[in-house]
Amino acid sequence: MKRRDFLKACMLCGAATTLGVPRKGWGAGSFEGYPEGMGVLVDLTRCVGCRSCEAACNKEQQLPAPDMPFDDQSVFEEKRRPTEKAYTVVNRYETKQEGGPVYRKIQCNHCNEPACLTSCFVNAYTKTKEGAVIYNPKICVGCRNCMIACPFNVPGYSYSSAFNPVVKKCIFCYDTRLKNGRPPACVEICPQEVLTFGHRQDLLKIGHERIRETPDKYVDHIYGEKEVGGTGWLYLSGVPFDQVGFDTTLGNEPIISNVKEFLGTVPMVLAIWPALFTGFHLLASRKDHGEQGHDHEKKEEGKQ
Amino acid sequence: MNRYKREGVATVDALHKGNGETKWTLKEKLLLGLTTQQYIIQALRNPFNWILAVIFAIGLPLIAGRFLFGLSWVTHSSNDYPWGLFLAFGLFGMVPLSSSSFQLGTAVEIFGRHDMEPIERLGLLNGLLGYFFAVCFLLVDLGQPWRLPYPMVVAWGPAAVLFLVAWHVATYLSVQVAEVSVAFFEWIGFPMGKRGVRKITLGLTVAGIILSTLHQGALGALFTYAPGKVHPLWYSASFQWLHFFVSSIPGGLCMVIVVSTIARKTMAWRCDERFKKNLDKLTIALAKGASMGLATYLTIKLIGVAHDNKWEHLATGWGAWYAVEMVGGVILPLILFAYAIRNNKVGLIRFCAVLTVVGVVLNRLNTAMIAFNWKMAEREIPHWREVIICITLYAIYIAVYRFILARMPIIYGWKAVEETVPAVEPATGNVPTQGPVPAAVGSYRSSVDEAISPTGYISVKE
Repeated sequence: MKRRDFLKACMLCGAATTLGVPRKGWGAGSFEGYPEGMGVLVDLTRCVGCRSCEAACNKEQQLPAPDMPFDDQSVFEEKRRPTEKAYTVVNRYETKQEGGPVYRKIQCNHCNEPACLTSCFVNAYTKTKEGAVIYNPKICVGCRNCMIACPFNVPGYSYSSAFNPVVKKCIFCYDTRLKNGRPPACVEICPQEVLTFGHRQDLLKIGHERIRETPDKYVDHIYGEKEVGGTGWLYLSGVPFDQVGFDTTLGNEPIISNVKEFLGTVPMVLAIWPALFTGFHLLASRKDHGEQGHDHEKKEEGKQ
Repeated sequence: MNRYKREGVATVDALHKGNGETKWTLKEKLLLGLTTQQYIIQALRNPFNWILAVIFAIGLPLIAGRFLFGLSWVTHSSNDYPWGLFLAFGLFGMVPLSSSSFQLGTAVEIFGRHDMEPIERLGLLNGLLGYFFAVCFLLVDLGQPWRLPYPMVVAWGPAAVLFLVAWHVATYLSVQVAEVSVAFFEWIGFPMGKRGVRKITLGLTVAGIILSTLHQGALGALFTYAPGKVHPLWYSASFQWLHFFVSSIPGGLCMVIVVSTIARKTMAWRCDERFKKNLDKLTIALAKGASMGLATYLTIKLIGVAHDNKWEHLATGWGAWYAVEMVGGVILPLILFAYAIRNNKVGLIRFCAVLTVVGVVLNRLNTAMIAFNWKMAEREIPHWREVIICITLYAIYIAVYRFILARMPIIYGWKAVEETVPAVEPATGNVPTQGPVPAAVGSYRSSVDEAISPTGYISVKE
């Protein structure tokens, strides 16, 4: 919680002045997203849980018919996650706040530096310049490391397919809409204007603007601005984020930063070990030039 | 088989039959020198074969079903636990137990510990089979196993840890095949191949060390992709790869102790005098290595907890489970090893080796499954079909292991005077020039190991 307070303080002081200025002093190689990258600002205070975004997504992505119709509110009894049959789901959270429950839409957050992308050993994922994280089912081997790596537990896997199981997740309607500059289906259908589509940079400004205008209404934090290196989808909430299912312990470093330490040792081991161990061998034994040292030494030893 | 041996049936342990005239045919070699009838009788007499038969009868159809009906037929197809028992047990559990290959290779070939030769090949084979079956487990788990070569040829993701694992396991498997092929070439009667491999042994061994270090570590580093999901006690951003690498060292050595014990008990007919005579002393030597590995592992595990200041987790339920793993799998064997080595209690060492092996596997299960998603309320309990497939694959592993041990010169020496190779190396001529070597090796040996009788392998060589 200390960290949160610190973050809040930082943002209060610096939000107005540092917006749009590239952050300095971060380690080399940190990627802040494409400048033209698009995103969606989700305002949890506006969502009424109508699930029309789920229906629109299902239609747009030609997903199988749901087990229960999209106007059925009983699905809120349990907490759901995106699966191969539903790229986006809405969950309901009862909070202490007056004004009823809070609804939260879950889908791929389209990270600036996606964990799924960096964990994939065949590069099946691509972060497009429009900001979408898309997936190539033709080369996926099915190791499911991306599902291990995703800090938001988003990718689903079509386990039921025997011959062509693939990862299924929200692709920002890239093929059908985003590529052509159109907002994704869920944004277009939302009757409450919960979802705002735009350039990520602009959305951050809008978000901070809303917080400044009605500070009582919002928690002073945009979830996704910095979390795991920043995400394309950004969230405003009237209740603390951890009460509505967000993981607030992820930190601001992209997932790959955890792994870099090991990746850095790899070339060192490759470079140092051969000399080191051949050296040990030379120290532990001495071969005559061109002699078959192995069998020879053994005999010698045997005679001792 | 033991019964046949008592009855005086000759076993295949050389290129030529006892009279030195006729060669064993391949069929005779495969049938262990028995007639077909004798072979079938002894196979039917062995109760273990019946157990295997039952396992295969149930398990093989399930494996076929997995490929026909998909993963959802054999697993709970959980999106939250994408890696189930196949990987947690089969890949993450078996690979550390296979580190014996590079360790014994290093001891013998790099450090010149030729007194360890009676068990070197067992270590190499243990590594090869462990890796091979880890890959088999992986193939069962992968969504599209026929695409396994993709990271090599179709699309590269070189920033991914798994990319390293794929490449290292593939290269290391080839290295191990080359290392073990010496025994195969002896058995099949192809001395050219044997000599060829012998020439590159040092290179192979060093390659083995590099590849082992990296991918034992890389398997640990895979979990650094999931910092929030693995419980903090099993997770360490900085040391995860070291924890995996270091724990694989006692894991591999103890696996060799376990396997050699089982082989000595159940396949006594196949062990030669050299193996039998040296086994106890070699077990103690391996235990010494294992206890050093365990001590280091314990230390760096504690450093891992201290480094990220995770002591408060020890007071939770997870902490108790962590303590079970550490006390039962590390601290207890460490203490007992110390006592047993000091008092030459080989039986106790073997018991500790089992403890250590279980401890290492438990650690992998914890990291990959039990303490994974620790923030979530529900734990993944594997589907019964998943469990049976694991048992079946492991049974196949045991059957293949036994098949090779019974045939190829792994735990016995090949009594061959190879035709195309000069029978005796011109050793005598080189003795003076080799002056310092025997002295160095000899003193090393006597100081570390109380003079293992060398007569065993002299007789084999001559």
